[in-house]
Amino acid sequence: MFDVIVVGAGIVGSLIARKLSSYQLSVAVIEKEPDVGNVVTMANSAIVHSGYDPVPGTLKAKLNVLGNKMMDKVCEELDVEMERIGSLTVALYDSQLPLLEELAKRSKENGVEVKILSAEETLKLEPHINENVKGSLLAPSAGIINPFTFAVHAMENAVDNGVKLFLSEKVVSIKKEGEVFSIITESGNFYQSKVIINAAGIYSDEIHKMVEPIDYTLTPRKGEYFILDHYSDDLVKHTIFPLPSEKGKGILVTPSIGGTYLIGPSAEAMPSKDDVSTDKPTLDEIRRQALDMVPSIPFNQVIRTFAGSRPTPSTHDFIIGFAKKDNHFINLSGIESPGLVSSPAIAEYVVNEYLSKIINLKANPSYNPYVKKRPAFSKMSVKERQEFIKKNPDYGQIICNCEKVSLGEILFEMNTSVPPKTIKAIKKRTRAGFGKCQGGFCQPLVLKLISEKFGIPLNKVLFQKEGSFVVPYKLEGGKK
Amino acid sequence: MIKRKLVIIGGGSAGMAAAIKAYELGEKDILIIEKNAYLGGILNQCIHNGFGLHEFKEELTGPEFMSRFSDKVKELGIDYRLESNVLSISGNKVVTYTNKEEGLVEVQAEAVILTAGCYERNAGAIQIPGDRPSGVYTAGQAQLYVNCYGYLVGKRVFILGSGDIGLIMARRMTLEGAKVLGVAELMPYSAGLNRNIVQCLKDYDIPLYLSHTVKQVIGDSHLEKVVIAKVDEKMQFIPGTEMEFDCDCLLLSVGLLPNVDLFNKLPLHFSKTRGAKVTQAMESEIPGIFSAGNVLHVHDLVDYVVEEAREAAEGAVAYLRGELKREGHVYDVNPGVGINYVVPQKLYIDDVKESCSFKFRVTKPMKDINIVISEGENVIKKIFKPAIVPSEMEIVRLKKELFKKEGSEIKVFVEERK
Repeated sequence: MFDVIVVGAGIVGSLIARKLSSYQLSVAVIEKEPDVGNVVTMANSAIVHSGYDPVPGTLKAKLNVLGNKMMDKVCEELDVEMERIGSLTVALYDSQLPLLEELAKRSKENGVEVKILSAEETLKLEPHINENVKGSLLAPSAGIINPFTFAVHAMENAVDNGVKLFLSEKVVSIKKEGEVFSIITESGNFYQSKVIINAAGIYSDEIHKMVEPIDYTLTPRKGEYFILDHYSDDLVKHTIFPLPSEKGKGILVTPSIGGTYLIGPSAEAMPSKDDVSTDKPTLDEIRRQALDMVPSIPFNQVIRTFAGSRPTPSTHDFIIGFAKKDNHFINLSGIESPGLVSSPAIAEYVVNEYLSKIINLKANPSYNPYVKKRPAFSKMSVKERQEFIKKNPDYGQIICNCEKVSLGEILFEMNTSVPPKTIKAIKKRTRAGFGKCQGGFCQPLVLKLISEKFGIPLNKVLFQKEGSFVVPYKLEGGKK
Repeated sequence: MIKRKLVIIGGGSAGMAAAIKAYELGEKDILIIEKNAYLGGILNQCIHNGFGLHEFKEELTGPEFMSRFSDKVKELGIDYRLESNVLSISGNKVVTYTNKEEGLVEVQAEAVILTAGCYERNAGAIQIPGDRPSGVYTAGQAQLYVNCYGYLVGKRVFILGSGDIGLIMARRMTLEGAKVLGVAELMPYSAGLNRNIVQCLKDYDIPLYLSHTVKQVIGDSHLEKVVIAKVDEKMQFIPGTEMEFDCDCLLLSVGLLPNVDLFNKLPLHFSKTRGAKVTQAMESEIPGIFSAGNVLHVHDLVDYVVEEAREAAEGAVAYLRGELKREGHVYDVNPGVGINYVVPQKLYIDDVKESCSFKFRVTKPMKDINIVISEGENVIKKIFKPAIVPSEMEIVRLKKELFKKEGSEIKVFVEERK
């Protein structure tokens, strides 16, 4: 019996779990995927939005701006790479200039500092932007972040502070008897708690429906992206947005925290939540729109395309609150963009506005907000590295050549409280496999490391999801 | 800082051949740096035969071919490091590498040869449409899993791309009991060697779908299906030509790309092959930095890789002895009509001892044509080709005396025969 069960270990669930771990509560997190942050958190723009865009007065506006302000501290505590590179929202036509003014006004209402730049100022900041640009809106507080380690480290910190994490457990039903919720999972396991916090992302409506009928809908809205390799280094220094429309923030061009470039997303309403496929016509359209803003994008350096789905709510705002019939079921739904940047603020909001109203919260005296610090190996000088490898020889052996990820970095992650046991889980934590060869060289090495470390036979090691075996068939060979 | 005359990055066939050649020419202060736990590079997983017909006049397997070189490296006592990764090469030839035992090491080299090989174009690079399940591999990855790990990646296999590794893997997977359903090739002709089409597909009744490519990958967790479709001349899908294959494995053999990461931070230019631009001595735009083998341009035979590596070693030794002057008459070497690329891109004719070679590929299969190598109006060489295909690299070696030193450009082009 737990005090609180959080359903879903995406970015929102992970930060809520961490927040809960700062109180004297017994907390469990139940996640259907074999790793933290495997669905919406895995495929998005990885942007720390400034908050100029959401409609003033909405939860989105409030939590985005608040979340943005919390980012420096939380990223420091969780050892997450984040950089405030600023964003530029560009007007390419004279007719769009009033919209810039409108956005500047909205920013002011939301409490976000912005500045309107002339065409010359814009081009001086970003010489590769379309030379016909008419002006732009600079938001210095916008940034880029590693969304994978953000979720993983938050959950790791939660687990280090006592939270129990159950992976590969898909919730199939929720029952309430008296004061107690009983959650049953697909594998037949059974979990009980006094409170449920639904942070199931794109499936949050389905979880909510297990408790009561719902009066909103979630539309999966797919976004496709390109990733460009490192070497086009001088392309852009800020996140470049077009002017937003009713469909979303539009196709952006941005450096990623890992040094690559991200271009996308499209925004297509989908019949299926699980459809994160890419298709050529959509990618062609993204390419066209991106080239309109930044004509010199070297599309011959694409190393990957991908898609993610965001849970777009019919209410056009984040849905956070008690279930109508049961104030011990706290529901979070429709956390689409800017959910990533809002997540630390969402966690506080859920606790302050809801959980504290139903449970008497006492601070956890042994709570430590800091995650185990990763050695900043790639940022060390030659001398520092030499000294460091002498003490930790595993950091001398490179496993992923493209991204220069060492054995030491991978083993470090394997020894944390949320250890990576799939190829994708290693990739998310260390960047091994992120580069131009896409794991062509390092995947076989990573596969072996997972198998050896966790005692999983090679043919049972997963790529990403349940059933995604990498080398399914062991050859019997010529027996003598 | 440690000093070395010649540092060779990559201990595959190119790196070893270059080291042996430099040693034989008298430069013995050599260091080979290899990332794997063994020498020989990719040949270790190429257990099929067909290697060495030019080099040794016999048919060897990959491991046999490479061990003749690694035995020689060891016999000569050439210094090498294994499980060692080069992190950077500076413009003044400081090579920084790292491994478990020595940690981070900086070596001041007098000359560097990059022989880092190539990598496979993958699902990301070709922007393959559809889902991203497990069960999609590059052909080389699947080859490593079956030949070195002892695991088969699938039982119902489809192959995209008719590159040689894909063809070899069609046969290999069949021999291990998998059913290979077909091979799709985007172009109207095969990208692989003809002998592989015959020995790996035809002999096993595996269909080859030319002008076809994958339209959709389907599979939530693991691969379930691929849909292929025919493309027109503009590479657009032709509606109604879709074919669906139930399979648990898609292998990609869609080309190889030079692994030139280490050159990216240097002020170098790259040719159409994506390798660094080089002179006839395989020297890059930075004197004393050379490259050879698949890191320069992708070869179809390891025999030619070895040959080119030796040219680079000769160049490096000449450089170390002050014999590569880069003076006198210089030509730009350019591909003309019908030619995709030519290596080298620059020719310092006065640095040539007796002869120099031009390596190139045509843009498409052609019949009954002449290959012309000209210096302005002056035709240096004309070669009749009854048939020529892009999958086979052409090498033409020309004597120094043939060059008149008049024009500034050498052009290689295809001429229709009248």
